[in-house]
Amino acid sequence: MTLLWIPLLSLLGSIISSMTNTLTRNQSTRLTLLMPIIALLMTISLAPTVFSGEVIRESFSWIPLLGIEIAFRLDGLALLFVFMILVIGILVIFYARYYVSNNDSLPKLYTYLMLFMTAMLGIVMSNNVIQLWFFWELTSISSFLLISYWWQKSEAREGAIMALAITGAGGLALLAGLLLLGDMVGSYSLDVILASKEIIQNHALYEVTLVLILLGAFTKSAQFPFHFWLPHAMAAPTPVSAYLHSATMVKAGVFLLARFYPALAGSDIWFILVSFTGLTTLLFAAYVALFKHDLKGLLAYSTISHLGLITMLFGLNTELAAVAAIFHIINHATFKASLFMATGIIDHETGTRDMRKINGMWRYMPYTATLAMVAAAAMAGVPLLNGFLSKEMFFAETLHQQLLGSMSWLIPVLATVAGAFAVAYSARFIHDVFFNGEPVNLPKQPKEAPRSMRLPIEVLVALCLVVGIIPNFVVDDILSAASLATIGGHVPDYEVALWHGFNLPLLMSAIAVCGGLFLYSQRRYLFKFQDSLPSLNAKKMFDKAMLSITNWCQAKVSKIENGSLQRYLTLMFLIVLLFAGWPLFEMNQLGGQKALTPIDVFNAMGAGLLIVGAISTVIWYSNRVVSLIMLSVVGLMASIAFTRFSAPDLALTQLTVEVVTIILLMLALFFLPQHSPRESSSMRILRDIGISGALGIVVASICYALITRPLDSISAFFLANAKTGGGGTNVVNVILVDFRGFDTLGEICVLGIAALGIYKLLINLPLIMPTSDSKGRPWAKERYPILLASISQSLLPLALLVSFYIFLRGHNLPGGGFIAGLVTAVAFILQYIAHGSHWIGQRLTINYRKIIAVGVAIALFTGVGSWFFGRPFMKTWFDYFNLPLVGEIELASALVFDLGVYITVVGSTLMILASLGQLTMNESKKEVNI
Amino acid sequence: MELLYASCIGVLVSCGVFLILRARTFPVVLGLTMFSYAVNLFLFSAGRLSLNKAAVLGYSSEYADPLPQALVLTAIVIGFAMTAFVVILAIRGRADLGTDHVDGYEVEVPVKKIIKKRKVKP
Repeated sequence: MTLLWIPLLSLLGSIISSMTNTLTRNQSTRLTLLMPIIALLMTISLAPTVFSGEVIRESFSWIPLLGIEIAFRLDGLALLFVFMILVIGILVIFYARYYVSNNDSLPKLYTYLMLFMTAMLGIVMSNNVIQLWFFWELTSISSFLLISYWWQKSEAREGAIMALAITGAGGLALLAGLLLLGDMVGSYSLDVILASKEIIQNHALYEVTLVLILLGAFTKSAQFPFHFWLPHAMAAPTPVSAYLHSATMVKAGVFLLARFYPALAGSDIWFILVSFTGLTTLLFAAYVALFKHDLKGLLAYSTISHLGLITMLFGLNTELAAVAAIFHIINHATFKASLFMATGIIDHETGTRDMRKINGMWRYMPYTATLAMVAAAAMAGVPLLNGFLSKEMFFAETLHQQLLGSMSWLIPVLATVAGAFAVAYSARFIHDVFFNGEPVNLPKQPKEAPRSMRLPIEVLVALCLVVGIIPNFVVDDILSAASLATIGGHVPDYEVALWHGFNLPLLMSAIAVCGGLFLYSQRRYLFKFQDSLPSLNAKKMFDKAMLSITNWCQAKVSKIENGSLQRYLTLMFLIVLLFAGWPLFEMNQLGGQKALTPIDVFNAMGAGLLIVGAISTVIWYSNRVVSLIMLSVVGLMASIAFTRFSAPDLALTQLTVEVVTIILLMLALFFLPQHSPRESSSMRILRDIGISGALGIVVASICYALITRPLDSISAFFLANAKTGGGGTNVVNVILVDFRGFDTLGEICVLGIAALGIYKLLINLPLIMPTSDSKGRPWAKERYPILLASISQSLLPLALLVSFYIFLRGHNLPGGGFIAGLVTAVAFILQYIAHGSHWIGQRLTINYRKIIAVGVAIALFTGVGSWFFGRPFMKTWFDYFNLPLVGEIELASALVFDLGVYITVVGSTLMILASLGQLTMNESKKEVNI
Repeated sequence: MELLYASCIGVLVSCGVFLILRARTFPVVLGLTMFSYAVNLFLFSAGRLSLNKAAVLGYSSEYADPLPQALVLTAIVIGFAMTAFVVILAIRGRADLGTDHVDGYEVEVPVKKIIKKRKVKP
């Protein structure tokens, strides 16, 4: 369980931080730190096992049918990343406590940070590629939240959207690639994929898969030409940049390269795509970084450049290069995180990040300056620091490749040029900020930052130094474990050491340092040259592209979606016609083998009435009242059909529903015009008759084909078990309250939701109240005829008695909660009609919303109740008891469930009709004649 | 009998669809109601037609298929809830918009103008 706990603890930390709003900032920080520290301790306890070369695995079944499981694995590579994520995460949390001002919510930042941490841990520890992708998307989403932390600023919002758009699009490409990969090897398990290099690389779709996966990795790692989101993401608070843009988010892309290295690398196309993308990014970003006046802009481009370096190393296809890449991942994370934090201090204490204003900080903040200078030296690749070691390895690897044939010498030269630019921008970071005269127009008087804010930087800078001086002692275990996991099989002999003797890489380093310093000394001319170049604004291009895509979609949508309900429905009906009609043509014979039943005179009459009613509804549709009356004939015939064809429960339901529906539609007519204008053109009528006729023919044919074929049904089970298992003889009711009780629960919920929706729709309704009917005749003065009033009043107890009887007998004879509920509702509605809602309101104060809630709750808890007796959800309990005088009676929990159904039906129906009916009484509102 | 039953459903579907395709809310609701009668009868018939075989144990020797009946029973009630919702929506729409016309724009507005109006401003 340990592996699962690592991301789980982090998620828990996110939840905990979100609840620390009322606590002080220190308490919030301490509580947030707790979970990642526990996770770190757990990781440390697992480390020796991983160092010994073992891979720890854990999995839980999730969707076994799709081969998807929750699976975690911890190998050397994952362990390295888990360490980086947790250690730098802890330092950033600590640092953010002092960085975030009192006006901003610290718990909000912590919640997002921890969520992000969870996502990162999930990526690096996943043993299932679909799960990996899930966490991958989660990093995109949580980084969106983090970048837009200062949502009041438009640049933060725009930067967040840009990051989400680019990395999200890359994520989709990645998903496609991973699905293809899973399809090739027949499993989504990472273990299987990593072991199937042969299958993958010989597959016809290898190139496509590779490009898709690389798109995911390159967008995330801000590789050229997808790099432009990263500088804009610098709108995030600096702790966020220190975490996301040094150690984690952008490293997820290179992690992906390392993760799939055993399965995907080694081919020519891998080399071309990966190493050239890396080289381009390395050179381009190192050049641009020099000209950035914004401190964080410089660091952003430097990050892009270093990511390019790592990418290029993975592309070189040699095992030593992969080792160097991993080593540089560690080193870059440490010095870049500390540089971001130092920048945060400078920004915090001076109020600006513009290097043209910030000068001579050495005098104001000597400690921070020292730390930043050491870290910047590591970035430049100065000896005794960790950056030097991995850069040497990089130079050595560029010498050992023969990838461009006779032009292979170009690569080390270009690498040296990039190294020189790295030295130049590092020199600028040191010289321009800490020396170079006096500060210009600073918004704040600079001073040294508090000790606690410097502490995380001290830790990281110490790491830079220790790794740089005694590399074997510190990183050997983790580096060899991670390399083993990346390369797979065996790790080449390599030596990480400060001194390799005088050799070519050392010379390249020396050239780079001298060249870089020379470049920096000539910066004035370089800046002038750069200013004279035409500027390419990536953001404007991105905005323009986004706008044109949005407008294009909008134009297409408004062509399809023109606001005509009939048009949408026509299209849908045509599609139904196509898909339902087509199979009919492929059948040989419409009728089946089942013997037909003869037509008797009653059925013929009923059918005749039904058809006449339906056609009359259409013919008189412009006179709405008449057509409503015709419709009620159809409904009545439908319920008679149910009676005739052995479905008494359905007949009762249909009959009562018919009553409430017609009352409802009558009420509705009060608020709607009483006539429909005949406005369709003849062509339109012809078209509609065509569609509706064709649909009628298709449905009738399907129905005929269906009912003339013999029945093979699962109902024998219900019939056999209704009495013994469900305790009732009315099988339909037993199915409703027992076998399919969960369905019924869902259905009464829908009913309740519809009623609540209606209640909401009727609030603040701007009424259009007619004072007379369409022919100008005023409404009848006698609103509540005495005859109806007195009859309905005496009918009420009788109706309630009947509904009670129907309810009770429901389990064994036709009836039950639905029908009884409708009968009760009809009885009450009659009172409303006869007396008006005012009269009812004086006698009964009913809150129908509460009634619905009580009904659903009763049904739900009856279902849950069976758990307490150790039986499955919704399982009926019943037994027989002997009562004196009454005789044997049956008690079943189904009856209680049915009571819930009953109450919900009564509440919903009455709520719908009573709240609409009440509106007709509302005379205080303005009356508008139509 | 089967032929007659199927024809009835066909007629109901045709009439329902024709009403749904009218341009005003009330005929649409009438059409939907009629359509739902047709759907309920259709689903019910999946258990085949049988006379005097109600699925109440002990009242006959053979029983009609109870499962479609149970499903249709809840469908009828939910159909009512949905009809009610649509009707109230129609009333609300009329009250807010002043018309019960739902077949696109009553006065012909050139499509281009509408697109322009909806365009996102940078």
